[in-house]
Amino acid sequence: MGAELARALARTERAKRVKAFALIAPLFVFLLVSFIGPIGALLSKSFIDTDVAPILPRTCAAIARWNGEGLPDEATYAALIEDIRSAAAAGTLARAATRLNYDISGYRTLLFSTARRLPATNTAPASAILRSIDDKWSDRETWGAIARAAGPATSLFLLAAVDLRRDASGAILGAPKDEAIFVRVLARTFTIAAGVTLLCLALGYPLAYVLAHAPARIASTLLVFVLLPFWTSLLVRTSAWIVLLQREGVVNSALAQAGLVHAPLPLLFNRFAVFVAMTHVLLPFMVLPLYAVMKTIPAVHTRAALSLGATPGTAFRRVYAPQTLPGVGAGVLMVFIQALGYYITPALVGGANDQMLSYFVSFYAAKTINWGMAGALSLVLLAATMALYYLYDRLVGIDRVRMG
Amino acid sequence: MRKTRWFGAAAVALAVGTCAAGSASARDLSVVSWGGAYQDAQKEVYFKPFMEKTKVRMVDENWDGGIGVLRAKIQGGANNWDVVQVESEELLLGCEEGLFEKLDWGKLGGRDKFLKDAVNDCGVGAIVYNFVLAYDGDRIKDAPKSWADFWDTKKYPGKRALRKGPKTNLEIALLADGVPAGDVYRTLATPAGVDRAFNKLSQLKSDLIWWEKGSQPPQMLAAGEAAMVSAYNGRIAAANKNDKKNFKMSWPGSLYTIDSWVIMKGSPNRAQAEQFLAFVSDPQNQKNLPTHIPYGVTQVAATGMVDPSVLPDLPTNPANLKSALYINDKFWLENLDKLNQRFNAWLAK
Repeated sequence: MGAELARALARTERAKRVKAFALIAPLFVFLLVSFIGPIGALLSKSFIDTDVAPILPRTCAAIARWNGEGLPDEATYAALIEDIRSAAAAGTLARAATRLNYDISGYRTLLFSTARRLPATNTAPASAILRSIDDKWSDRETWGAIARAAGPATSLFLLAAVDLRRDASGAILGAPKDEAIFVRVLARTFTIAAGVTLLCLALGYPLAYVLAHAPARIASTLLVFVLLPFWTSLLVRTSAWIVLLQREGVVNSALAQAGLVHAPLPLLFNRFAVFVAMTHVLLPFMVLPLYAVMKTIPAVHTRAALSLGATPGTAFRRVYAPQTLPGVGAGVLMVFIQALGYYITPALVGGANDQMLSYFVSFYAAKTINWGMAGALSLVLLAATMALYYLYDRLVGIDRVRMG
Repeated sequence: MRKTRWFGAAAVALAVGTCAAGSASARDLSVVSWGGAYQDAQKEVYFKPFMEKTKVRMVDENWDGGIGVLRAKIQGGANNWDVVQVESEELLLGCEEGLFEKLDWGKLGGRDKFLKDAVNDCGVGAIVYNFVLAYDGDRIKDAPKSWADFWDTKKYPGKRALRKGPKTNLEIALLADGVPAGDVYRTLATPAGVDRAFNKLSQLKSDLIWWEKGSQPPQMLAAGEAAMVSAYNGRIAAANKNDKKNFKMSWPGSLYTIDSWVIMKGSPNRAQAEQFLAFVSDPQNQKNLPTHIPYGVTQVAATGMVDPSVLPDLPTNPANLKSALYINDKFWLENLDKLNQRFNAWLAK
């Protein structure tokens, strides 16, 4: 009797688990197809390199024998001439040229001008022909670029995303000074995100407190005021800030009419505008978790502290505020992680040196179609974010984050 | 149970329905231009008359340039553009990389009917236009005379706006630094020359704001965001005509170039695209464009037929051509990628 019951129970439990899994299976498939799959593909493009090898196959095979010292052998030169001839005839040279151009600027021109000036047949040793066309073919670095691009894996993009590069012998060097911007941009991204988070906390905490302690009718009206911008399009809100902050916009006109300033203040296309617009957009993400947590704190705790002789300040500091910390943690985490990924707002209201890392991801993905750099920069941002998340977990504890 | 069965059937029907609708029918001819007042003028002069005359269904879109966009369309395999208007070095780059179809000049009337620089294997010239120094005549009374005045923030306080990118800005920087127009590209061919241009731009950097669309400079002038801008001459003239503004431009030291129409490689609407190119290359149609927006046209015969009252404002007016510098597309073909990289790094500092 007991064993049968146990079996029946196990069967029911299994059936429940299968039903539960079936319920979330569509969501899981959707996430896999629309989220994990594409993002994984993008990130993999940062180290998988298949542009050059199919187009210059003989050269890539020959250059594998080269040790990086001196120049490659005669057979490699001959292989390159063969490959350029067949690629030019097939019209596929452009892809390899673009990829090699990412490594050394001017490679595009070198390959195409070489293709144009190659004789129909080799009347001299291959190395002599190539060197007479352009003396860059006598430069070790030129061949180093092909060796690095032979694939299937490459470190070019990942190194470039942190302002490093390899030379022909494989040593890692710093990128040239007028191209090394990404470390600076990463630091700028974290600074802006941290600043926006602190501003949101400073503005959002009192707002959430008022929301949590106001009478029900007023609280629901205020809540609508917080949520209404939340439901408006991000682009519309950012564009509205442009109208407000521009030279002859609402803010400057009001200040001028009140006689507070003599000349319009530069409020737009600088760091100030970025902070203001991003704080405005991200404030609901700070207010809502805080409000939810504050609503669950019994008012009787504060009353008890006061009745035991604490001043209102002490009661707040030692009894109330610590209980709101899980909400603060949730709000800070949400605002910071979102702020890290923002690029539309700084792109619209910020100046040229306020652009955050995601702007460059978008630039490489959409404008120059350099998937390697876009993937590498995304990977860097992801790694930095995960590092911060891990740090946060060690210091504060993720399980202490609550949303209500 | 009955309800879930209904839902299931409805879901399946919906899925099948969307699949069937999604299967593509042949798409309309897609023509891509630069947007704003220029594209509005093109609609009046070319697109609407073309559709009326030939009954070809056509949609027009706009873009902001960048060879990367065209590379992405072709290499990504999902190209939905047929005819695109491209800048001079984009034409050369794209032709070399096999992004465009080779044109049949017989259908366009023959190469000798066009301006010399408007003829290419892959593209036919569309307009001649200038990058000019522009300012609001109501706000600045003392006319700036050259790009050196653009750098003079004491005499003309306020922000400056330039097009985002190295092209035109490096030339403008050298012109402002006193390099004669004839030596600009020779100087830029040397690393020291490029450094000189970037150093000159760095002098102005804190006062610079950047535009990407042709419609932005007149907006910036109107809103007072910038005191002086570099802009397309036609957009400034259009703002004066349509919005009753008093913008002025300086022709000496301006940079001129030719934009061309191309057909994207593998376009399924190639026949209609060639019909469209023949239509816009017809002198009878080209002569109407300058009255709507003052850009030069590329058919030699059309220039003679243009309404004489708009001739003084055209880039092809000999008086304006004399003092302008031709943007060297071969220089930019060789150096665009490298200088783009350097410019972006400089900008982000």
